[in-house]
Amino acid sequence: MAKLTLSMEGMLLKEIPLVKERTTIGRKPHNDIQIDNLAISGEHAVIVTILNDAFLEDLDSTNGTNVNGQPVKKHFLQNGDVIELGKYRLRYLSEAQPHAAQADFEKTMIIRPDMLPKHAGAADAKAMMGETQAGMPAAHALSADQPPAREPAPEPPAAPLRGAIQILTGANAGKEMELTKTLSTLGKPGVQVAVITRRPHGYFITHVEGASFPAINGKVLDAQAHPLHDHDIIELSGTKMEFFLKD
Amino acid sequence: MDLSQVLETVSRSDPGMVRSHNEDAVHTNAALGFVILADGMGGYNAGEVASGMVTALLGSELEKALVRPEARLIDKDGRQSTRGLLEAEIARANSAVYQAAQSQPQYAGMGTTLVMAVFYDNRITVAHIGDSRLYRLRGEEFRQITRDHSLLQEQIDSGMLTVEQARSSQNKNLVTRAVGVDPSVEAEIHEYATLPGDIYLLCSDGLNDMVEDEEIGMTLQMLSANLQLAATQLVQMANDNGGRDNVSVILLRVRREYPAPHGLGGWLARLLAWFK
Repeated sequence: MAKLTLSMEGMLLKEIPLVKERTTIGRKPHNDIQIDNLAISGEHAVIVTILNDAFLEDLDSTNGTNVNGQPVKKHFLQNGDVIELGKYRLRYLSEAQPHAAQADFEKTMIIRPDMLPKHAGAADAKAMMGETQAGMPAAHALSADQPPAREPAPEPPAAPLRGAIQILTGANAGKEMELTKTLSTLGKPGVQVAVITRRPHGYFITHVEGASFPAINGKVLDAQAHPLHDHDIIELSGTKMEFFLKD
Repeated sequence: MDLSQVLETVSRSDPGMVRSHNEDAVHTNAALGFVILADGMGGYNAGEVASGMVTALLGSELEKALVRPEARLIDKDGRQSTRGLLEAEIARANSAVYQAAQSQPQYAGMGTTLVMAVFYDNRITVAHIGDSRLYRLRGEEFRQITRDHSLLQEQIDSGMLTVEQARSSQNKNLVTRAVGVDPSVEAEIHEYATLPGDIYLLCSDGLNDMVEDEEIGMTLQMLSANLQLAATQLVQMANDNGGRDNVSVILLRVRREYPAPHGLGGWLARLLAWFK
């Protein structure tokens, strides 16, 4: 369950779980989150929750709504976003699910129209979010500064490996190529091609096409991927090149 | 008509890095020109029952139907009706899974996505239900042909989310259609012309959730000479990026034209030859 924390001048006032499909924010008492302050409009903003996503919409308030310092009309809330209303701050925290529960949740599930809050239906969604999407790109670009704390996928090591090859023989001798992409192919299509794959734990070379296979340190490869080590010599179509790791 | 010299197919199905079992199922038949991929869901082991049932049932029924395609694919007015065949067989498979789910408590609530393609007479007929996808690489252009039946796709279509924003949505993996969860299901079926050199990719969301489309397209382009390696590489990339779901891929290359002797393509080819 996602929640909001309401604070003013650094002081935490309360926590509000987002349990309803629409959570309204405003000065008047009928709002779900009432903020009794003259800078806040009677009906200031609303947060629409669709399953695990939440959308903030300013309800044409007098003083406007800011998210992370930028005025917004409509905004797709990301974990950690700070909604500013006058002197008040609402921080959006999406549910930090335990690992197992998360994995379970990510299994594909069927969703039927009657299981959805009615706003999630395409037609209603259109009505809800309106046609004005102009404010969104700027707001989104900004939220990139505060990366949402998503369920972490195993990241590549903090200092990613930087491999490169230098051509040793032939017309291009001396040329260097950094291996920054996931895949880099070597050779001539239709004649002999090998691919170097960059993986989290190192670089690997695999034969792709051609009658002859590449050789590493004089040993001809088979069809399997072969790990590359610092200063390995690759031989392909009569050209020698050296693989090395940069620091 | 034996298409095994025309179509080259490769498939891989992997449980991924997190899940203990694989609920995806794949079935390919290059000779008869069809491929099927399903991503099952629901309960303990029930997901793999659903995806396994659907691929096995559709596989065996299509095998029967496509041995003499002219009998099943051309209706009496001479029009092609691959669509009709797929509609009928998907309806039967849906009923079978639905019945099993209704009658056996351990299978209650099971279902599966489905994406399948039949190649006949220089054409591909694609049927899909849910969020398993078909992509096509044609020359430099790599594009998604199917459109997911999912909550996210609906939100994108309605303008609520941009494609960019959808990537950070917490509502992934919610499909709006599936095989076997209701007494009937509507498959989305489209037909396209194929060209020699086309490469088709069918995949479960375990691939496209973990690997960006651009990366998938780039991989296919760079490794197009070696489909086996390309398929292995795609699965490996999904796993290297976390492998949070089962990942399955089918790759299929069209080597050359394959007009059916009695089909529209064959008729047209003969007509053109006559004019030369």
